[in-house]
This record gives sequence, structure tokens and C-alpha cells, in this order.
Amino acid sequence: MAKPVELEINGKRYPVNYPSDTPLLYVLRDELGLTGSKYGCGEGQCGACTVLIGGAPRRSCQIPVSAVAAKPITTIEGLEKDGRLNPVQQAFLDAGAFQCAYCTSGMIMSSVGLLQTNPNPSQAEIVQFLQGNVCRCGTHPRVIEAVRQAAKMMQEHGR
Amino acid sequence: MSNVEGKLFIEPERYEFSAGPFHQFELARRDFFKILGAGIAIFAIAKDALGAQETAPGSRAFHNEELPKEISAWLHVGEDGSITGFTGKAEIGQNIRTALAQTIADELRVPFESVRMVTADTALTPFDAGTFGSRTTPTITPQLRRVAAAARDLLVGVAAKEWNVAPAGLVAADAKVTDPASGRSLKYAELARGKTLAQNLPAEDPITPATQWTIAGKAIPKVDARAFVTGKHQYTTDLRPAGLLYGRVLRPPSFGATLTSCDDNAAKAMTGVVVVRDGDFVGVAAPSAHEAQRALDAIHAQWKEVPQISSKEIFSYLKQNAAAKSEDRFRKQEGSVEEGLAGAAHQLDATYTVAYIAHAPLEPRAAVAQWADGKLTVWTGTQRPFANRDELADVFHIPESSVRVIVPDTGSAYGGKHTSDAALEAARLARAAGRPVKVVWTREEEFTWAYFRPAGVIEVKSGIASDGALTAWEFHNYHSGTSGVDTPYVVANRRTEYHPVPLILRSGSYRGLAATANHFARETHMDALARAANMDPIELRMKNLSDPRLRAVLETAAKSFGWPRKKTQEGQGFGVACGCEKGSYVATFAEVAVDKTSGTVRVVRLVEAFECGAIINPDGLRNQVVGAMIQGLGGALFEAIEFENGRIKNPHFASYRVPRFRDVPEIEAVLLDRKDIPSAGAGETPIMAVAPAIGNAIFDATGIRLNNLPMVPNGLRSA
Repeated sequence: MAKPVELEINGKRYPVNYPSDTPLLYVLRDELGLTGSKYGCGEGQCGACTVLIGGAPRRSCQIPVSAVAAKPITTIEGLEKDGRLNPVQQAFLDAGAFQCAYCTSGMIMSSVGLLQTNPNPSQAEIVQFLQGNVCRCGTHPRVIEAVRQAAKMMQEHGR
Repeated sequence: MSNVEGKLFIEPERYEFSAGPFHQFELARRDFFKILGAGIAIFAIAKDALGAQETAPGSRAFHNEELPKEISAWLHVGEDGSITGFTGKAEIGQNIRTALAQTIADELRVPFESVRMVTADTALTPFDAGTFGSRTTPTITPQLRRVAAAARDLLVGVAAKEWNVAPAGLVAADAKVTDPASGRSLKYAELARGKTLAQNLPAEDPITPATQWTIAGKAIPKVDARAFVTGKHQYTTDLRPAGLLYGRVLRPPSFGATLTSCDDNAAKAMTGVVVVRDGDFVGVAAPSAHEAQRALDAIHAQWKEVPQISSKEIFSYLKQNAAAKSEDRFRKQEGSVEEGLAGAAHQLDATYTVAYIAHAPLEPRAAVAQWADGKLTVWTGTQRPFANRDELADVFHIPESSVRVIVPDTGSAYGGKHTSDAALEAARLARAAGRPVKVVWTREEEFTWAYFRPAGVIEVKSGIASDGALTAWEFHNYHSGTSGVDTPYVVANRRTEYHPVPLILRSGSYRGLAATANHFARETHMDALARAANMDPIELRMKNLSDPRLRAVLETAAKSFGWPRKKTQEGQGFGVACGCEKGSYVATFAEVAVDKTSGTVRVVRLVEAFECGAIINPDGLRNQVVGAMIQGLGGALFEAIEFENGRIKNPHFASYRVPRFRDVPEIEAVLLDRKDIPSAGAGETPIMAVAPAIGNAIFDATGIRLNNLPMVPNGLRSA
């Protein structure tokens, strides 16, 4: 079978038995049971599978596991710390920034990535950054509001 | 489409629950209490449920092993005071799990947090034809209110017996029954303890009017919202029962193609792979998705293809292939259109078209199927769990009572998840594999093998007097459907006709059905009439509208938008459209900015007033209304399915453009709360005036009249 790869996900190490060219998304969901990252298109076009790789938001459906073996990966399951939500999760919750919520994991991961490099984004910057994340329910205005609130929360609490 | 439309045509009042005579179904009730524990339950008899089923009624023997179909529990009060409400409706993002729990809590007088909803599970919930047609709010909400009122009366009765007093003087509030005379009180939990009391729903039980609601009417956040922001909620696509195999289905190269030969030896030789060939169905199941893909790739099939219509010729095809004369039920006439036109100061004759569009729900069609002892359990994201169950039973020649369909809260549907495709595929593969199988359609399969909102052609002929009063109105819809086909404007001389055309692409429901197409044609036409008469488009509408609710949303939205507005920039334009459908009312205003050099059309602002009677959850409603506006913007501007030779040419998000963040304008939704009017559904109507409002704004900006949806898939290129 395939050469075993080890991944570091949410601070834990996981041996992976899937072939090394398997997209990360399938390993996360099917092998490791981390189903918070969603399959929306498998083509890098909808953002539902977004995870952080070395802190940067990436489409996990487009990245083979072999390419991320040495990099820390954060998925939606890794954002909550000691029962406390990440400010972005909290802001989405407060704003009710979801309907069917299938896009929510990807929206949150992209937004966390944005705020790490740009702690105080303008509306135009949020829109630009989330352009690759599809929400079919049309919850975009609340998502934008949630990101703004998260930025505010993180600044007030020094992250 | 006509058959689909036909089905939806008969949908109103499918829930004619009759109290009927008192029935004793002790076996069933004992089973029920076994599942949920002792307590108090309210059952309802739906005498017509069998007759209302969409599969042939009476085609299979009635099986009494589980809860019989015509009597089902709607509410359970547990010994710990927990309240469980039951509905066959599915949560697909429209937030009914929250709204229905609010309704029960409100009527039963218990805290919202103590109510849990069990939804869309054919083994546990009452029969339901499906989650469509904006029917949950107008049918299930009052039903659950009556059920909760009956449970409250039952609890009061138990307390009265306990205290040996008359029930009339007792008060039910805060999850307890109190006797004001003595000051005694008993919690619902205490009253339910040790009981297995069940009662049928009384014929008439007064329910609380909206003016006295305390929990309904409030902006309560989505139930279990934390599970969605932490990724813990398990959609169908996320389920992983032990021993799960991943299924894939071999698709034909084009619509209508039939299998002529198939070499599956290489796939069969792969370790752990199960290959199923059953007629034209070829599918594989494997221990992982990549092994399933590899097995599928190893199958070599030959197909016989047949000629197919392309999107380029679709509209002339629809006109040419309509029946010469449509059925009586699709034709309406009053007065004489010819006389009305003869006496008109201005006449207008125009043709409108709408393209096929895709629902593209972000969670694709998916199912997990598991067989055990000849019984089948399927988890699937569908809007019609009971119809899925019946289809599965038919296809596998097993009793309905041997099939259980469960719908996990689903990653949206918009009318696109009525069928049981993925469920049948997963079940077929699982039966062959002897293990549970999950089938998740790829995005390309979603865009190709699901069904579409049908294309259509609409022809309108009209006349107005010099004061703007309509004198004649003739309206023909080819293929797209009958929803919203009747004009709300007052006109003595009118003719409306729907012309069915046999299906070209697989077509079905879409949010609002044909109301979007029909409103696009009508409201674009009304705008053109106003221009012809040199009248303000609102003035022309008001001149011809008598419905006070429609007038009210129009006035409200106009005020919020700031109509009439002066243009302050080159390329700026303002437009309006309105309508009513499924018991709710909408008026939408749009501001656009058109760059005449590049042809770029940007929607700058959308303002919509919406009224659906008494509002149950203003926060959830606002989400639905804003969501519909944004979804409507896609179909208005750029969404279109392109097809040729039986193939979809744009089956990806990269080539089928959906609204994204940059497309979203400034949005304002004004919600009118009419506590004096019963609540209507709100999932669909808010979408239907978006396209004509935008089109009318584009005309205002440019003088170019766009009569085809989508209006500017490649920008505003030619006049």
C-alpha cells in the first residue's frame, strides 16, 4: 500500500494510510473522521473545505496529503479551545450568520485566516477575501458582519 | 414540468386532519411510549394521509408492525418535563426546527429550551407529503398549536383529577399547572410521571392569537447553532457508520444514452470492490472514495446516444412543441381582450424568456443506506422523506414498513431535493455489498443529473387607457409553469393560458417555482407600460391595484428606498417590482450602476418589503428574505445552464456563476408583522420580484429593455 504519511492536525499527530496523492479533504473526512470540513465541489471553487495550513487558509480538496506532511493543519474542530469558541465562531453564532450552515466551516476558516494577516479588514477587503467561498443560502451580509465583529472582539481582548 | 406542476397544483391543503371518531391503537401507543418513555402524548388522525400520498395509494398491504400511518404522535411530554414535537417536515436551512419549537413552547407554556423537535424520520414522525410549497408555516404551525393546546388541556385535566377540582379554574403556565384558589401547583414533569396517557387531537381547540404570543414572534437564535459553527453537526454527507463503503455510479455520456456494452472485469478484480450491474445501472462500492473512483475509472462502457435539443434552440423549440390547445384548467378568460385592446390608449406586445437554472445546493445529493434483516434504513438529504420511503419500497419490492428514511438537517435544497436518486443508488449498492454504502454526488453530477428549474417562454399583450388603467391583459406561459401566472392587477378583459411542453431537461421545483418567471414577465411589462404612458411605475401599479396588502408592501418599500429618486450619477438607475403568492406579499426596489463602456452591471442596493401575516421568528424570516433576494440576483443577472448534444456545458462552479460576495449589494429587508393575519410561509415569495426590479432599474439607467433571464450573463453588450 501507500507510504505512511504523518499529519499534524489541531496539535495532534495522525498516521495516514491513504495514498499520498489523496487530497487532504478525503483523509480528514473519511479516514480521520474530521467531517467539519465539507465537500462542496472538489474543484477548489466553493471554499467549503477550507482549512488552515501553516496558518494560511487553503482548499483542502486541492492539496495532496504528501504536500502538507510537514505543516501544522488546523480544521474547524481545532478552533474551540477548552470549551471556548474562537472569536470568529462566536461572532458567527452571535450574528446568526448561517442558514443551512453547510458553508459555515469554510467561511469561518477563511475568516480566521484573513484576520490573522489583516486584523482590521475593511468591508472591501472582507468581500475580496471571501470571494472564493460560496454561500447558496445568501447569508453574505451576516457573514461580513460576523467577520467585522470578530475583528472587533479580537482587538478588544488582545486576541 | 406539467406533471411536476400538476402535483404541486394539488398540494394546498394536503393536511386535512380530521378529528374523527376516537380510535384505540393501544399497540402502537405502547410502542411509542417504549421509544420515548412514559409521559403524555397527543396523537392526530390524518384520515386523508393515505389518499394524499403521491405514489399510488393502496398499492401495498397495510402493515401494522410499527406506528400505523394514519395515526401519529405529534407531541410528547416526558417524565422529566422534556417536550418532544414531531413533524415530517425537514430542516433544510429554512429554520423550521427553531420556529416550530417556538410555536410549541408558546402554546404549551413551557420554556423554549425544553422543546426538542424530531423532524423528517418516517419511523417516528407523522406522514408528510414534503417540505415544499411554503406549507410548513401555514399548515404545521397551526397543527402543532392545536396539538400543544390539547396537551395543555390534558395536563390541566390530570391536575384537576389529582386535586379533585374543576379543570376550568386551573392555570397552565411556566411548565406547571396552578390552582389559583389554593395556590397549589404541579409541574408538567410531575403530572407526566408514571403515566402513559395518550389523547387524540380534539376537533376544535382554541389556540393563542398572535397578539398574545410570548415565545413565538421573538428572534430566537437557531437551535443547535453551536454545532454548526464548530463543525459538529452531521449532515448526510458526514455520516460514517461502521463498515461503511463509498459508492459511485457510472453516468452516461449524455442525456438519454443507453448502455450497449460494459466491461467491468478490471473493477471486479480490485480488492474490496463491489460492482453492481442492474439494467442500465452500473455502480461500485469500495472501502474508500479513491478506491471507488479507481474502480469506476476501470469500467469500460459503450453507450448509444440519441440526438438532444441544445440551449441555443430551446425557446423556439418550446413554442413549436406546445400543445395546440391546453387543458381547460390551464386557461382562464374574463371579458374580451380584443375589445380591451381596441379601446386602449397604449398597447404593448412583448415576449420574455427564462433559462434553465440549477439549485446547486452546497451539500450535494447524498445518501447512506444500510440493510439489516431485510429492512432498509436510509439517511438522506431530501425534502420528501415519505415519498423516498415509498419509492425505495417499490423499487426493492419490500413493504413500506421495512423502510425507514431519516433526514439529517440538510445543506439546503431550494426545491431541488424532492427525488430519491441518491437514496436508491446507495440502497442498491448496499444491498449488493451487504454493508452500509454512502453515495455523495460530485458537483458535476449535481449540475448534470439533478433536475433544473425549467426554461420558459412568456408572451404578454396588454393595453392601458390614457390614465394608466389596464384595459386588456393576455398572458401565455410556455413550459415554465403556473405559479404566479394570475395577475394581481385589476383588469376586466384578460386571458391567461399555460402551455405545457414535454420535458426536455429533467425539471422540477425551484424556490418559487414559475412565480419568478411569471413575475419577471408581468412586472417588466408593467414597467414598460408605465414608460409608454409616461407615468411613474408606482403610480401605474397603484392605479391598477386593489389588494391592500400588496399596496402596503409597495408603499413601505418605496418609503424605505426613497422613491422617487433623482439620478446623481451617469449609469445610475432605479426599478421596482411587486407581487403576491402563497399568501405572502412582496415589493422589491433596485438601484443599479451600469458602466456603458464596459457593459458592467452592478446592483448597488436592493430594498424589499415583505409581509407574510404574523411573524413567528423575525430573525429567521430576515435570513430567508435576504437569502432569497441574493439567490434571485443570480438568476436575474447571470445564472443559466448551457447544454448541447445531451451534455451540460457548464457543470462546475467555475463555469456556472452563482452570486458571490462581490455580487452582493447593500440590502435592506423591511418585514411587516400582521398579527391579525395567519402566518404564511416565507421561503419562496421573497425571491420573485428581484429580477424584474433589477431589469427595470437597468432600463432606467440605459433605456435598454432586457426581456430574457438571465439578463446580463456577459455584461450589457448589445442594445
